[in-house]
Amino acid sequence: MRVRSIAFIIASVVVAVLSSALPRAQMKPWNNAGLTGPPAASSAPAPRRDLSGVWDAGQGGIQPTGYNVAALFTPLGAKTAGANKPGNGPRIADVSEDNDPLSTLGDPAGFPRIVLYELRPFQIVQTPNQVLIVYMFEKRWRAIWTDGRALPSDPDPRWYGYSVGRWEDDYTLVVQSVGMDDRTWLDNAGNPHSGSMRVEERYHRVNQNTMELTVTIDDPVMYTKPWTPIDKLPIRLMPNDTDLMEMITSASDAMAYRREIASPAKRK
Amino acid sequence: MRKIFLSVSIAAAGLLLLSFPVIAHHGAAALDTGKEITLKGSVTEWIWSNPHCFLKFDAKDDTGRVRNWAVETQNPTTMTLRGFSRTAFKVGAEVTVTVEPVKNGEPVGRMLSVILPDGQKLIAAAPTTPASTPPPPQPIR
Repeated sequence: MRVRSIAFIIASVVVAVLSSALPRAQMKPWNNAGLTGPPAASSAPAPRRDLSGVWDAGQGGIQPTGYNVAALFTPLGAKTAGANKPGNGPRIADVSEDNDPLSTLGDPAGFPRIVLYELRPFQIVQTPNQVLIVYMFEKRWRAIWTDGRALPSDPDPRWYGYSVGRWEDDYTLVVQSVGMDDRTWLDNAGNPHSGSMRVEERYHRVNQNTMELTVTIDDPVMYTKPWTPIDKLPIRLMPNDTDLMEMITSASDAMAYRREIASPAKRK
Repeated sequence: MRKIFLSVSIAAAGLLLLSFPVIAHHGAAALDTGKEITLKGSVTEWIWSNPHCFLKFDAKDDTGRVRNWAVETQNPTTMTLRGFSRTAFKVGAEVTVTVEPVKNGEPVGRMLSVILPDGQKLIAAAPTTPASTPPPPQPIR
């Protein structure tokens, strides 16, 4: 009995230390880098038609190697992918050939790459006619119109496209996007898209602390059928006083990196 | 007891995530993967920037000469989660750095870990393994 009591005291101390250390790491008042691990889930009910707050998918949002979807390429998809020389994924190219527009040229990640790669913490702000998503990565934002407007029929391409959203039920926001600039890649593996791509995002709030994100790519020019790079990715609510770090690849920082690291590494 | 299991599981999951080699914007194509060298040197510069932070230091290596090494880490966000900071290294600090070097013999590579002057060891990345390179197929509908 005494041994059990001592074991219980030791275990209680371990629990207290662990459970106090984790929230403290997440509660940094300035320059928060995101969750270090999965936080405890809450079963409190979700508020109706409300996704506002700071959210983080943790390491699950980073997706460094991209997606393996070569089996779905159309002939043009295969040809376009062949010209993309990614620094990661199944078709990884030598560093001297890497032509990733994000990391070698400083182009914007664009949409949906900002969701499919480096989905770092983001904040959702709701207004009466918009849902705004403010991303830590690149410090970019998207406006999702919820005023009932239709998507543009022949849009000028944009790095972040055109988005409209509607509440499918009180806990599920469905977002449709078109008009994405075909210079952007979908991911770190150099998977391409055309200007005709449509993207659907489903933000389903499971409870107070958790939502799930599902993304579907529908691009018949490049892929023989729609596919789902992200399927019910769990995303956690962070404290509402979370101040996020900046995560911007500036031209001068990227140039210094090329000069000091990338160029010497490529030398023959 | 269930609470203890949950807390231990959370901590274990956190450690697993930390040790997984997240090579964010590029893979290991230029690195002599599997090779590790340990260098003792003096910090000349610590650049805290995106897409990668990097540490420069003077160290005598297997060429027999003192060369100015430049070793990359991940970005500030990821490195913050691993215990690094903008002020982690002071110019002139004596450090011991374990590096995965590039293939071409230049004094360049990727930092795996570093021992600071006060003896604290920080883990920057896990060594590259073949298993870390190809991605698993994703579910397709």
